[in-house]
Amino acid sequence: MTALGPDDRPSLGKGFRLQWEPAQKAHVLLYPEGMVKLNGSAGEILKRCDGARTVGEIVSDLESTFATSGLEKDVTAFMSVALDKRWLEIRE
Amino acid sequence: MSADGGTNGGGSDLVHSREAAGAAASAPATARVGNPGPPLWMLCELTYTCPLHCVFCYNPTDFARTEQELSTDDWLRVLGQGRELGAVQLGLSGGEPLARDDLEIIVAEAHKLGYYTNLITSGIGLSEARIQALKEAGLDHIQLSFQDSTREVNDFLSSTRTFELKSKVAALIKKYDYPMVLNVVLHRLNIDHVQQILEMAEVMQAEYVELANTQYYGWAWHNRERLLPSREQLQRAEETTNRFRERAGQKIKVFFVVPDYFERRPKPCMNGLGSVFLTITPDGTALPCHAARMLPGLTFPNVKDASIEWIWRDSPGFNHFRGDAWMKEPCRSCPEKTKDFGGCRCQAYLMTGDAANTDPVCDLSPHHHLVTEMVDKASAPQPLPPPVEKPLLFRDRKNSRTLSGL
Repeated sequence: MTALGPDDRPSLGKGFRLQWEPAQKAHVLLYPEGMVKLNGSAGEILKRCDGARTVGEIVSDLESTFATSGLEKDVTAFMSVALDKRWLEIRE
Repeated sequence: MSADGGTNGGGSDLVHSREAAGAAASAPATARVGNPGPPLWMLCELTYTCPLHCVFCYNPTDFARTEQELSTDDWLRVLGQGRELGAVQLGLSGGEPLARDDLEIIVAEAHKLGYYTNLITSGIGLSEARIQALKEAGLDHIQLSFQDSTREVNDFLSSTRTFELKSKVAALIKKYDYPMVLNVVLHRLNIDHVQQILEMAEVMQAEYVELANTQYYGWAWHNRERLLPSREQLQRAEETTNRFRERAGQKIKVFFVVPDYFERRPKPCMNGLGSVFLTITPDGTALPCHAARMLPGLTFPNVKDASIEWIWRDSPGFNHFRGDAWMKEPCRSCPEKTKDFGGCRCQAYLMTGDAANTDPVCDLSPHHHLVTEMVDKASAPQPLPPPVEKPLLFRDRKNSRTLSGL
């Protein structure tokens, strides 16, 4: 698992594209010759990974959008998996 | 797709629902079976024209019968209708898709509609001007295939002309910031050169390499006796690949697609016909897989006569092998039928003469010996008939006309 800190600014990996698909009623992650259908929370996290916002900012945004707290652990755990799968990258 | 293992390998990572195939209605085959999900993967074979003559091409051997290709407007209409139905991954192949001078127009429209666009190409004809235009049009991905066949194998492996062309194209792909994905179709005549192939990929700074063993359809089926590797060759190639993986680490990701003749369970071909794949051939015939035109007794509609929606949801050709009402034993009562859907219909037909039979790759099939006999023959010390008796047949128009009786 790739570790990441609150100040990292994740963005989608090279060749990946995220979009909402009405036919599947889901966010999907598209990449060369393949696709991952995302569940609701994965879609909400990934759509905020624009390379500008930090992990900390993304967590706060999610907590305020969904009126909840304590999301940091789950969000970073998902992001670590996504980094390993090259869905996400941290550009230097 | 054309000389490649991308679809030749059936290998998409599509994660999707399988309800379409699983919702097996016991309705007659002429009615809509279940409620099919979207055709998530649409493959447009833009043309059969190809500068190459690969002996392992999956294209139909009678491609010379195709006289009229779809027009630009036809393709644009197909793209729109497919997208409305939920198609999202788009493969542009052939033949060699760069042979169509409207490729950039097709890519631009596809991009505008929201497709993820994949160009499957030999790289021949990919000038800097064209790659720049394709990038501007929104092309997402290029898969570069090595198409060595015996006519070119020496050239290719002795690092001369073909290598220079590929290197040039590979450099362009890098320059325009595409991930570098190399596809090499393996067979008896080149599988012993996996080491050189991987080293070449390393020099070209490929990020992904697909070593896709030939699957036997079309021209490859015709040439199968000369293309099927021996067990020993296959084992050596896998060992070489594993050693390379250990050395190269994360730098290059190497996929090795084993030829299914060496397996004991069939591949879940197309995830079941009519489940996620939709192929449009150069003349507009719509197929549930790129080889399905060979299946007897089925008629497949043409996009010039019908909408993609009717074709996908309601046409008899697309409903015939949906669900499992068509299955025979041992598939029908097999718990694995929801995983492999009985394997490949085309392979069942080619080997057993009945497309509804279990794919003979499965060792539960009463026809499995047909597969093992072929592998035994390929693995015997002197397995090949002399070339004079059974020469390799190159994929070209003249041979196609001969095979079609034209």
